This record gives sequence, C-alpha cells and structure tokens, in this order.
Amino acid sequence: MDNILSIVTFIPALAAAILAVFLRGEDAAAQRNAKWVALFATTVTFLVSIGIYAGFDPADTGFQMVEEAEWLMGLKYKMGVDGISVLFVLLTTFIMPLTILASWEVTTRVKEYMIAFLLLETLMLGVFMALDLVLFYLFFEAGLIPMFLIIGIWGGKERIYASFKFFLYTFLGSVLMLVAMVSMYVDAGTTDIALLMKHQFSSESFSVLGVHVLGGAQTLMFLAFFASFAVKMPMWPVHTWLPDAHVQAPTAGSVVLAAILLKMGGYGFLRFSLPMFPVGAEVMTDLILWLSAIAVVYTSLVAMVQEDMKKLIAYSSVAHMGFVTMGIFAANQQGVDGAIFQMLSHGFISAALFLCVGVIYDRMHTRDIDAYGGLVNRMPTYARVFMLFTMANVGLPGTSGFIGEFLTLMGTFQKNTWVAAVAASGVIFSAGYALWLYRRVVFGDLIKESLKAITDMTSRERAIFAPLIVMTILLGVYPALVTDIIGPSTAALISNFDTALAAAEAATQVASH
Amino acid sequence: MIQADLYIILPEIVLALYAMAALLGAVYTTKDGMGPALVWATAALMAVLAIWIATQDSGTRVAFGGMFVDDAFARFAKVAILLSAGAVLLMSQDYMARRGLLRFEYPLLVALAAVGMMMMVSAGDLMSLYMGLELQSLALYVVASLRRDSVKSTEAGLKYFVLGALSSGLLLYGASLVYGYTGTTLFSGILTSAHHGEVSIGLLFGLIFLISGLAFKVSAVPFHMWTPDVYEGSPTPITAFFATAPKVAAMGLFARLMFDAFGNAVSDWQQVLVVLSVLSMFLGAVAAIGQRNIKRLMAFSSIAHMGYALIGLAAGTQAGVQAMLVYMAIYVTMNVGTFAFILMMERDGQPVVDIDALRQFSRRDPGKALAVLILMFSLAGVPPMLGFFAKLGVWQAGIDAGLMGLVVASAIASVIGAFYYLRIVFYMYFGAENEEPIDTHSSPVLWVALMGSAAMMLVGLFYQFGVEGAAAAAAATLVN
Repeated sequence: MDNILSIVTFIPALAAAILAVFLRGEDAAAQRNAKWVALFATTVTFLVSIGIYAGFDPADTGFQMVEEAEWLMGLKYKMGVDGISVLFVLLTTFIMPLTILASWEVTTRVKEYMIAFLLLETLMLGVFMALDLVLFYLFFEAGLIPMFLIIGIWGGKERIYASFKFFLYTFLGSVLMLVAMVSMYVDAGTTDIALLMKHQFSSESFSVLGVHVLGGAQTLMFLAFFASFAVKMPMWPVHTWLPDAHVQAPTAGSVVLAAILLKMGGYGFLRFSLPMFPVGAEVMTDLILWLSAIAVVYTSLVAMVQEDMKKLIAYSSVAHMGFVTMGIFAANQQGVDGAIFQMLSHGFISAALFLCVGVIYDRMHTRDIDAYGGLVNRMPTYARVFMLFTMANVGLPGTSGFIGEFLTLMGTFQKNTWVAAVAASGVIFSAGYALWLYRRVVFGDLIKESLKAITDMTSRERAIFAPLIVMTILLGVYPALVTDIIGPSTAALISNFDTALAAAEAATQVASH
Repeated sequence: MIQADLYIILPEIVLALYAMAALLGAVYTTKDGMGPALVWATAALMAVLAIWIATQDSGTRVAFGGMFVDDAFARFAKVAILLSAGAVLLMSQDYMARRGLLRFEYPLLVALAAVGMMMMVSAGDLMSLYMGLELQSLALYVVASLRRDSVKSTEAGLKYFVLGALSSGLLLYGASLVYGYTGTTLFSGILTSAHHGEVSIGLLFGLIFLISGLAFKVSAVPFHMWTPDVYEGSPTPITAFFATAPKVAAMGLFARLMFDAFGNAVSDWQQVLVVLSVLSMFLGAVAAIGQRNIKRLMAFSSIAHMGYALIGLAAGTQAGVQAMLVYMAIYVTMNVGTFAFILMMERDGQPVVDIDALRQFSRRDPGKALAVLILMFSLAGVPPMLGFFAKLGVWQAGIDAGLMGLVVASAIASVIGAFYYLRIVFYMYFGAENEEPIDTHSSPVLWVALMGSAAMMLVGLFYQFGVEGAAAAAAATLVN
C-alpha cells in the first residue's frame, strides 16, 4: 500500500461523511447505528495503522511512506512519518476507539457527536503526518472546529465560556504561527517541511522597535511558533484555558484533549522549533526550562486544592506537560526521548484517569471530590483500576509514568541542574495530590446515602480500561518498545541541532572578527 | 475606427440598451406585472454576458483613445460583478415579490448599476472613471430607498446619497488637482509624469483625495460611516447586492487607478493603504462584537474584509493584486451564501435580523445550520475553508512586500473578528432554547445559493474553477 498514510487519515472522515449523508432520524436504532459505525471506523483505522507500524523502519531517520501530490495555490499535499511522529499516529488511532466506547451512553445528538469525533480523528492524524507547512496548519487549526462544537454542545454548565476561551486562546497562538509560516515560505521559497529543516534561517541579531533581538529572525519565528505550541501544550502561564475546557467537555472530549490534542504542542516543538530555529531555541532555552519548572511545581500545588476531580487531573496534566517541555529543550538524547515517552505515557494515563472520573460521573452526575468516599466498598474493581493509574500518574517505577519523568529529569539535569532540582520536587507534590485524591474518593467508610446503591464497572467499562492497563504496564517494564523506534530519529534531531548551533556560532565569530 | 471602439464596449452597450428598452417596454405595458420576468431576463442576460466575457481571450484592447481599457483584469472583475449581481437578483425575487417591492425598475436599476461597474473597472481615464462611478452610485442610491414607505429605507437612501455625493466631491477635487499638476486625465499620461520621488505636493494631494473618494466606495475606515446604516436600512436583497458586486467594482477601480495611473509612485500611496487597511480590519472586528442585528454585523464584517483585501493592494506587487482578486472572488461567494441565509430568516412572514432568533437553529434545520457554520468559519478564516486560503494569499503577498507589521496586525484582528462569527455558530448550535424560533422560508434559488456557496468553501480545496489562473493573468496585465 503506497498511500497507507492517507488511507489511515481519511477512513474516519469517510465514515463521518457516510453518517452525515445516509443516517436519518433520532430514534434509538439510528443512535445505535451511529455508535457502531463510529466504533467500526475507528477500529478499522487502528488496525490499518498497525500496517504503518509494521512497515516502519526505525533505522531510517528520514521521512518514510512519503506521499506527494500537487495542491492549490502552488502548495503541496505531502504526508510522511518518521520516528518522532509514527508513535503519535498510533497513539491517536489507539485512543479513538476507546473514546467512542466511552461515549456509549451519550443520548443527545448522537449522530453529530460521532461525526465530530470522527472528523477530529482525521484532523489529528493529519497533524502528525503532514509534511507541508500549510497542510500542517490546516489540520492543526481545523481541529479547533470539532473540538469547539464538542465542548459547546455536549459540555457541562459553563460550556459556552469554556468553548469560546478554548477557541480564541488557541486561535490567537495559531495565527501568529501562520504569519511566521508565511514568512518562512517567503524566505526559503518552499513549504516542504523536510526542505525547511535543512534551510538556515537568518540568525543575525537586529533591533525591532528599539528592542535588541538576539538570534534575529530565528528568535522571532521561534516565538511565533512558541505562541501557538505553548498554548496548545499548555505551558504555564498560558494554561488557563485547559482546566476550563476539560471540566466542561464531555468525558470523551477530555480524553481526546488530554491524550492527543495536548501532544500536538510537544510534537510541534520537535518538528519545527528545534530543527528549524536552533539559534532561536538556544536563546530561549533557559526561559522555557524555568517556565517548565514553575509549571511542574505551581500547577501541582494548584492541583492539590481542587474540589473538582476533572480540574485536579487537568492541572496534573499541565504539570506533566511541564516535564515534556523541559525534556525537549534540554535538547539531549535522554531529554528528548524522555519527552516523547512522557507524552505517549501521559496519553494513556491521563486518558485512563479522565475515564475513571467518567465512570463515577455517569453514575452520580457530580465531579465534586466531597461527594464521594468509600467507593472501595461497593466498587472493588474500580478501586483497583483507579489505584493503578493513580500510581502511574505519580510515576511509580514499573509504570510508564516513571520512565518519562526519570528520563526528562536526567536530560534536564545535564542542561540545567537547578531546574531539574526544582522540577524533581514536583514529583513529590504529584504524589501528594494524586494519593490524596484517591484516598478521599475511594477509601474510608461508605457513609454517604447517595453512594449506597452505586454499582461496579460494567463489562463495557472494563473493556475500555483493559488496553490502557496493558499499555501502561508494558511500557513501564519494557520501555525499549518506544525508545528503539524514536531513538535514531531523536539522535539525528539532536546532532542536526548541535551542528546547526555550532555553524551559527562560527558564523557570528567570523562576523565579529 | 469608431466601429472598432464600439465593438470593444459591446457587452456594456448590450446591457445598457437592454435596460433602456426594458424600461420603455415596462412603462408602456403592464408595469409591475413585468417584475418577475424582468428579474429572470436580467439575470439571464448577465450570466450570458459573463460567459461571453470570460471566454474572450483578446489580450488588451483600448477604445476611445485610451479612455476605456479592456484587459484580463477588467474581464476578471466584470465576470465577478455580473455573476454576483445576477445571483443576488435571483435570490431577491421571492423576497421582494412577497413584500410588494418587486417593481419593474428594480432589476433594471441593478442592470444599470452593473453597466456603471463594468465601466469603472475598465476606466482608463479620470473622466470615464467618474462616469462609471456615478452611473453606479445613482442607481444604488435609488435601490437603497426602494421601500419608500419605510423610514429606515428612506434614511438609508438619503444617507448614502449625501455621503456618496461628498465622496464624489472629494474624488472630483482630487481629479482636478491631478489634472492641474499633470495636464492630462488619461491614466497613461499620469503614469509617465508621476515617478518615484518626482511627485509634486499638489499631485500628492490629488492622489490622497482620489484615494479618499475610493475608500468611501469600498467602505474602508475612516470612510465607512455610511455602511452599517445603509446595510441595515435597505431591504435585505439590496444589502446583499451592496455587499457583493459594488465592492468588487470599487476594489477593481481602486487597483486600476493605483497601478495604471500611479504605478510608478507605489511608495507614495502604499503607506496610505496600509493605514486604511489596519483601521478597517480592527474597526470591523471590534465594532461587530456588539451587534445584534445580523445585517449590521455583516456590514462590519465587510469593512473588515475590505481591510484584508487592501493588504493585497498595499503590497503593490503583481502577487498582491492577484491575491486581492482571489480574495474578492472568495469574499463574494461567501457573502452570497450568507445573505441567502439572511433572506431566509423570518417569523410569521416578517423578516428577522436579530441573531438571537437563531438559537438552537441546528435542531430545526441541521442542513442549513451546517451550511451557515461552514460559511461562518470561512468568513473567520479558519482552515480548511476557502476563506483561510484567501487570507493566506494576501498575507503571503504582504510579507513578500515587506509589510510584516501590517500582516501581524491583521492576524490579531482576525482573532478578534473570529469571535462574532463564532457567536452565530454558538447561537445555532448550543445557545439556550428560544421561545420564538424563526422559520426559514426558502425558495429553491435561496437554497441553492446557500448550499452552493457553502459547498464551494470545501470544494475549493480541490478545484478552483480556474479563478487562480484568471486572477494571475489579470494581475499580470495590470502590474508590469
């Protein structure tokens, strides 16, 4: 199959089109059909995407399975994967069937709901595969539309505020990135990502409006991309949209948001910021490392005082993403490997945690921590599952959470010891909020009347968690599964980054002599 | 000699003769009973003329000693003008008929306005420029106040007339200054005497006055004041017309004058256009936020869109003009669809313009709601809709021309502007239920216009109907 990437990308869109055109009515049968079509489509997508994994050659650090075609306005349709992106593709196709399963109890506008999720899957896959700047932007940005609708239509009480905040926050970041993209095109004469990575953007310092800009055009472009990816990540202090969006989104929306959409920011840093603007990245590294350390510590503390379970997990996501940015901008093998590992592992763990909240929310219709307590008495299976993912979130050795945190901290330690030291304290805080949450919800006596009749997980719910449990433990005990694939590509990324930096430094020295 | 000249302006002659003949015919026979028939006849004639002009491949021809230019640029603009005017006419038939506004003069005034617009984009001389402009404007003043027993409509017409007269005055004053300092009214003559660094202060004043006059016509800030009131007061089909064909014509004329007459002094007018563009984008984005009336909202939206289109013009390059033309084509398509929907909005037979009435519209009519959703995201410039590529084009031209600040400003303005488009989506999809829902009265024409333009926003990703190539050819003839 020559165009397996396009096939994988557009199966969900095709299914969405079929639903939109052929499915009529709002009765129970139509709803059931919509769910089955969506589940079938996402499962098929996952199975086909295994073909990408099977056909991928980790030793090759370039782009593989590349497809290219002419497109409008002199732009190109170009798709491909490398060691950095291929696992994100698989993560997406892996998570999506689970989100559809988790949405089985949705009753309002089921058809539109499934269409939105299927379109979202296509757009997310496109982001990770696009090898053309404009194509990337198109997928990146278009994903806002279904997510805006998912939060807005199927969200909680404050959904309108949350959906607008989500859209406008991310849109502002992205248009600045678009401006930088256009100026890259004007400068390099191409929108091909592979060619742009080889292009040296000017790093000569200059002044803008009286402000001296170290690193020149590269720094400005880096900042424009940073505006977009930092919001998407999200990094402190532009993370405030995330708790709102998470709390208001339906469970499946939160899962997609935490497991996949947040990873686009990290992926963007690795795909664009480091390889294309090495000087700009170097100039900004210290700032970003400290922002990450603050994110880890501050949001962990904020998480500790949350009353709302989803909000707590949302803040914990921000803290974990802090490790990711730290690892990426440490710009060494352990750091970047760890960052990618952490993103994948967080994809499984945060998805599972939001699903855990969803399980009891579906039963009690509240996310207040105070409304629960003593669940272990009535829900032993749930208690076990929740325990596992709480531990994984804390970073217990043996789970995937540990590998990511450890590698990023190790990478950062080599770059900036103080940042690593501060961030390491965040690990302790994370144990604090996660275990405390667990204790308040699950342990204790079951004294609340409303909880007396609560039932344990159904077999559908068990089926959702099983694959996540397997992945979390598998990656925890056998991390080479991931690092073998990403290793060569990240090694190439780092060596290109170092070479580019050295070249730029030599150029400035020549200029100054 | 004169025959050759007449042959060049044959499309204009045909349309003008048709309008006058139909006018006489209607006056001497059944009067208003002719309305619907004339609408269809006029739209059909416009479509035929558009196809005729589009298929002409006659290079650049000049008539009447340079006063009238027929080139790829003029043809591109004329096709856009004729098609959008024809589409709006068809869309309006049902609406006007049910409100007793379908007098036979209406299609004929639109036809005469179209003749004026065709004249504008083909002008090669300040005289013919003014002639086209006034022919267009006079017809528009009348149609704005077509509903003469409505205070708002009359007010709209009067306001438009007074401010339009003022802008014509500015334009004429500028023209006279230009004539005084160059000794000619021919664009080609002005071109040779206005060089970089050699533009005398008097000529510069003339240029500024000309730009001010034209800025009125494209409703660029700070000459936009008439737009919201006229959009609100006029009957909705007329508003739809204002938002489409005249904007293309005015933008075309703007480009024509800037490049054909002042193409050697780009740096002298570039900065003026940059200011107009930034102000339009920001005012359009900010002022629309408070609007509840969808017609006023679209007025501010069109002000903002003119700001984006002006980026292409301000770039002062061939790529810029091309991007501007593509922008206008996409803009017109989006607006035809959006106004088709606004024409459908009514309750108990009365038109509704309050966006509040759209609450939970998607539950009652998912198909139309989806089409409007696509149009709104396209107007906001969110990919993958075509509206995004329109913006991408002008930004590319802008950055290529070194207008980085302008492009960054427009990026920020587009985020602010996204808010009010999103709000319409929000009302339709997740607003609280409304006690008084609207019912949409849809004639087949409106339905086709709405769905067609929404579909175009996505189909355009794969097939552009040759617009790009035509725009490139048009830009190449104008800028050299």
